[in-house]
Amino acid sequence: MKRASSLIPVAVFAVLAGAMGLGLTHNPRELPSMLADRPTPVFSLPPLLPAMAGLQSQDLSKGDVVLLNVFASWCGGCRYEHPMLMRLAADKRWKLVGINWKDAPGKGAQWINDYGNPYKLLGDDSSGRTGIDLGVTGVPETFVIDRGGRVRYRHAGPLTPEVWAKDIEPVIAQIEERS
Amino acid sequence: MFPMAARKVATAFLLLSCFLGGQAFAVLPDEVLKDPVLEARARVISQDLRCLVCQNQAIDDSGAPLARDLRIIVRERLTKGDSNEQVVQYLVARYGNYVLLKPPFQADTLLLWIGPGIFLLLAAGTAAFYFRPRNMKAEAPASALDETEQSQLAELVKDI
Repeated sequence: MKRASSLIPVAVFAVLAGAMGLGLTHNPRELPSMLADRPTPVFSLPPLLPAMAGLQSQDLSKGDVVLLNVFASWCGGCRYEHPMLMRLAADKRWKLVGINWKDAPGKGAQWINDYGNPYKLLGDDSSGRTGIDLGVTGVPETFVIDRGGRVRYRHAGPLTPEVWAKDIEPVIAQIEERS
Repeated sequence: MFPMAARKVATAFLLLSCFLGGQAFAVLPDEVLKDPVLEARARVISQDLRCLVCQNQAIDDSGAPLARDLRIIVRERLTKGDSNEQVVQYLVARYGNYVLLKPPFQADTLLLWIGPGIFLLLAAGTAAFYFRPRNMKAEAPASALDETEQSQLAELVKDI
């Protein structure tokens, strides 16, 4: 009896250590989006490139699955994910659109000229206000938007094949299943 | 070695830097509002708003570009006549409660707020249990000596 009760502190410690250890495995960058299952706020961004349309919030609810990618020329992670975006652009299952966030004049266009344009529509958010309305905390970020224009997933950080397979593909499969 | 005067000056600078060190702010001169009352409110609000980039700093003392944007937004909203509460809600609507350095008291943060109290009670209870007085019976006062014991004791004492 006495033996058993002296083990209680050890057990309490083990439970606490376990719970806190589990907490350490969370990624503090992964924050829930306030837009989950809601339409994006209304916005209207001018075109980044003269030959291409800008991006309006109503473009997001035209019946396509939309991947909305937020990027900037000053962002290393964006350079890293760019080849992945180029591959995604070729797929007809979704429409890839972009927002150039908080970039100096001309830098975003230079980026597209240098590395290629994966986007169907591309808005220029040089003030960063639309990004802030979307709850963007940094670049790159990618939103998955369903056919009705509701945000279904937000990924903060570069898109990689692993992220795509683990987090994004299932969301898209779910959207396609419903429609 | 240094002359005495130079050392005194150096010491004075050292002391001065100790007191001024904490006064470094990230708020840049071009952000400051002309109205000192609104500016004071902006400072109070932005000290409780989290910088989303450097996550454990308030936007008031963060040098991140996004923190600067948020400080400017706070000042814009105040200039437009928002109350402090409305300004905070404007950002919570975009970034969630995470943007608040002090989480609100509500159902899903209940454990966060009362957790420490629960652990304190638990610890106090455990301590009380472990340090409770034991062997109460052994500590009861012994009964007085009976007659034979009294005479035995007298016998023993007599020899000393």
